[in-house]
Amino acid sequence: MSLLEIQKLTHRFAGLCAVSDFNFAVEPQELVGIIGPNGAGKTTVFNLITGVYRASEGSIRLSGQELVGLTPHAITKRGIARTFQNIRLFKELSVLDNVRIAHYGQIAYTPAEALLHMGRFREEEKRITNQALDLLSIFKLDDSAGEKAKNLPYGLQRRLEIARALATGPKLLLLDEPAAGMNPNEIIQLMEFIAWIRKTFSVTIILIEHQMRLVMGICERLVVLDFGATIAQGLCSEIQNNPKVLEAYLGVEVVQ
Amino acid sequence: MTYIFQQSLNALQLGSIYALIALGYTMVYGILTMINFAHGDLFMVGAFFCFLLAVYFHLSFVPVLLLSMLGVACLGVIIERLAYKPLRNAPRVSAIITALGVGLFLENFTLALSPYPKHIPPLLENTTWTFGTLSISSLQIIIIVLSLVLMLILDFIVQRTKAGMAMRAISWDKTIVPLMGVSVDKIISLTFAIGTGLGGAAGVMYGLAYPVIDPYMGIMVGWKAFICAVIGGIGNVRGAMIGGFILGAVEIMVGAFFPSTYRDFVAFTLLLILLIVRPYGILGKPQPQKV
Amino acid sequence: MSKLSAAYYTLLTRWQTLTGNKYFWPVFMIAGLLFCIAASTFEFLDLYLQLILIYVGINIILTVSLNLINGYMGEFSVGHAGFMAIGAYVASLLTVHVFPPGDQNVLFPLAILAGGIGAALVGFLVAIPSFKTRGDYLAIVTLAFCMIVKSVLENIDAVGGPRGLLGMEKLTTLPWVFFWTALSVWVIRNLVYSNFGRGVLSIREDEIASDLMSVNTRQVKIIAFVVSSFFAGIAGGLFAHALQFINPRMFDILKSTDILIMVYLGGIASIAGSIIGAVVYTILLEILRPLGVWRMVLMPLMLVLLMIYRPRGIMGMKEIRLFMPLRDLVTEKLWRRKKKEAPDVSA
Repeated sequence: MSLLEIQKLTHRFAGLCAVSDFNFAVEPQELVGIIGPNGAGKTTVFNLITGVYRASEGSIRLSGQELVGLTPHAITKRGIARTFQNIRLFKELSVLDNVRIAHYGQIAYTPAEALLHMGRFREEEKRITNQALDLLSIFKLDDSAGEKAKNLPYGLQRRLEIARALATGPKLLLLDEPAAGMNPNEIIQLMEFIAWIRKTFSVTIILIEHQMRLVMGICERLVVLDFGATIAQGLCSEIQNNPKVLEAYLGVEVVQ
Repeated sequence: MTYIFQQSLNALQLGSIYALIALGYTMVYGILTMINFAHGDLFMVGAFFCFLLAVYFHLSFVPVLLLSMLGVACLGVIIERLAYKPLRNAPRVSAIITALGVGLFLENFTLALSPYPKHIPPLLENTTWTFGTLSISSLQIIIIVLSLVLMLILDFIVQRTKAGMAMRAISWDKTIVPLMGVSVDKIISLTFAIGTGLGGAAGVMYGLAYPVIDPYMGIMVGWKAFICAVIGGIGNVRGAMIGGFILGAVEIMVGAFFPSTYRDFVAFTLLLILLIVRPYGILGKPQPQKV
Repeated sequence: MSKLSAAYYTLLTRWQTLTGNKYFWPVFMIAGLLFCIAASTFEFLDLYLQLILIYVGINIILTVSLNLINGYMGEFSVGHAGFMAIGAYVASLLTVHVFPPGDQNVLFPLAILAGGIGAALVGFLVAIPSFKTRGDYLAIVTLAFCMIVKSVLENIDAVGGPRGLLGMEKLTTLPWVFFWTALSVWVIRNLVYSNFGRGVLSIREDEIASDLMSVNTRQVKIIAFVVSSFFAGIAGGLFAHALQFINPRMFDILKSTDILIMVYLGGIASIAGSIIGAVVYTILLEILRPLGVWRMVLMPLMLVLLMIYRPRGIMGMKEIRLFMPLRDLVTEKLWRRKKKEAPDVSA
């Protein structure tokens, strides 16, 4: 069975069709890219998968379970985590707290136990803190665990966002333009980094990206969106020479 | 039937006063996204100016109204310059608390100067026309007509003039407007002057309609007018007018059909229900979530 | 275990033994309670001073609990006086009409607790509109709530209507106030430094992102509102039995404004700040009493000046060490040390 299966997904904003008849499946451990010009509906697809928007039509299944209609935190708890196009960290909170918050779905103590410091509270807090610190040290962020997230340099903020997403314990990781604002050198590093994350955390990754170098370099499969419609799907080499894709990116005149 | 008509007239009178105050809240909110909680107390200061000018300077209605509006407008601009401007880049809530502080200051300062409630002398000759059981006073008519005229002038300023255009532009995007050669500070001062000036006018009218005034009168009226601004959709000038008339109508009608002590209870419960149904107010638009 | 975790544990043990921090709270609690008991039995503090201390305690409870909503969660609630009113009326009705005459001291904590629970139940209801709307609209909902509570109380003759309720014995004594204040500070501190509390903070920072990071925002909001209104109810019960007389007008919007001022004076999202804010405000009002009406002119002026020069209040977003759990403290210490060694984080 596919890990994620999307069928006939359609979403409209006040009549405007942002995503129409989107069909898509991801197998476990795959690394798939979603590309397309600005405003093609890529981020909307992410928002639909994670429950920020409720799909107008269609179904989204994670390991066979329907996700449409669930709240974002319920979906995250089932194993989908994401990052954001424009970084959305909890800016005023410490790096450590940013990661600890993402453990919310896994805590085993009840509110009463937390209020009165009873039962499992202490052990659980210890466990969460240690897990968070371990995760931070894997991401080489442990030196700034006590720093406020907003004080981190841009590159580290991106890294922290991925760490925070992984702290929720996902099976599927959605990366929304991870290379935004990076220079070619950094992009090469990022490619290795993403491949490494996939291996270390054994997660499936879907990423949205504009940087063709990155997408072609690491993705196994691509989906191309334009004006909400899927115009191509397949292996990277097939997409590269697909006339429809070139048209969408470069305009009809140039291609002719 | 005449009873209902009579009450509608009362509702219009109260509603137009609420609407005038609500406009001040909504204009300031629209431009600064800040709730100016001192506004209700500026309304109170307007009533006290009216008292001062009428009793000590023996002026007639028109100069009293104009001078009170001018006085309150100046006070509003001064408050903005001294207390709110330094906080323009501070957390939003600091500005709100500052506004609460300014409001308390105005209340208590007035209280310190005038510890007892004051009685405003009748500035206008009040004739009452009676049609059967229906009685209409000239004062009511003047209050309603005058408020409507003020609101129309404001609507004209906001929708049709260059300054109004600048105000609307600032409420959309504060960073771009200065690049277009508009002085944001001047427009903000103008907004405060107009908004608080209308509040001052409402104070004078309130003082004429309900002549006993005290330093704490602005609290309740102010909060209620704020609610009007919210029901209408805060930041929306026309919404504030509608909100004012709705609250006026609800209060008067509840007072007419229930014991008067139930007035606040029913009015606020209705408001809660309205807000749950339409959280962004009648003319407000929900802001799209951006992810 | 990572290198950091190991370093962190050595530091943890060293910190505990070196500072003796471990003993501070137990000693403080016992000493404080003994002092309060002694002060109220032997009356070596005169009654006026005791009353001021009682008000300080009640105000601390109110400020800490409101800070949970307005500071930590970043919403703007103006209805705290309404919850206080519910607690005050429930507790007073119990001690005056329901409980059998006799030694009220035994039943008093039950009455206070009942007041808190009553307020918490209503707090649960008020939490619901906060699910959808944010910021200014919660202000309106809580404002309307506060006025509705006052209006309802004025219309029920059984609780005295606008005249209010009389006949409470003076059951609020210094030791009890100390106990409830310590309890509320402890519980709210525990909440703030649990994952639920971090959830509350994350809602303030970015509600959508927090929902997407698996935080059940509805659950978090309900917990915050219920805890906050519970303690407002407790404070109300204590207030009623300190003053021995309540009426609906005491719990109007001006009372809420008072609490708001203490919260923002002390600083948002800070337990220490709430305590400082409540203590400074209450005591300053008493010291300035000789000024008469002018003290109420001076106080708001000082507040405005404070906001202009320190917009986040005295302790905004900061916490003193005593309230932080060791775990968080050590992370911070470790980070400060690292920062000193290598000032540039990006390097």
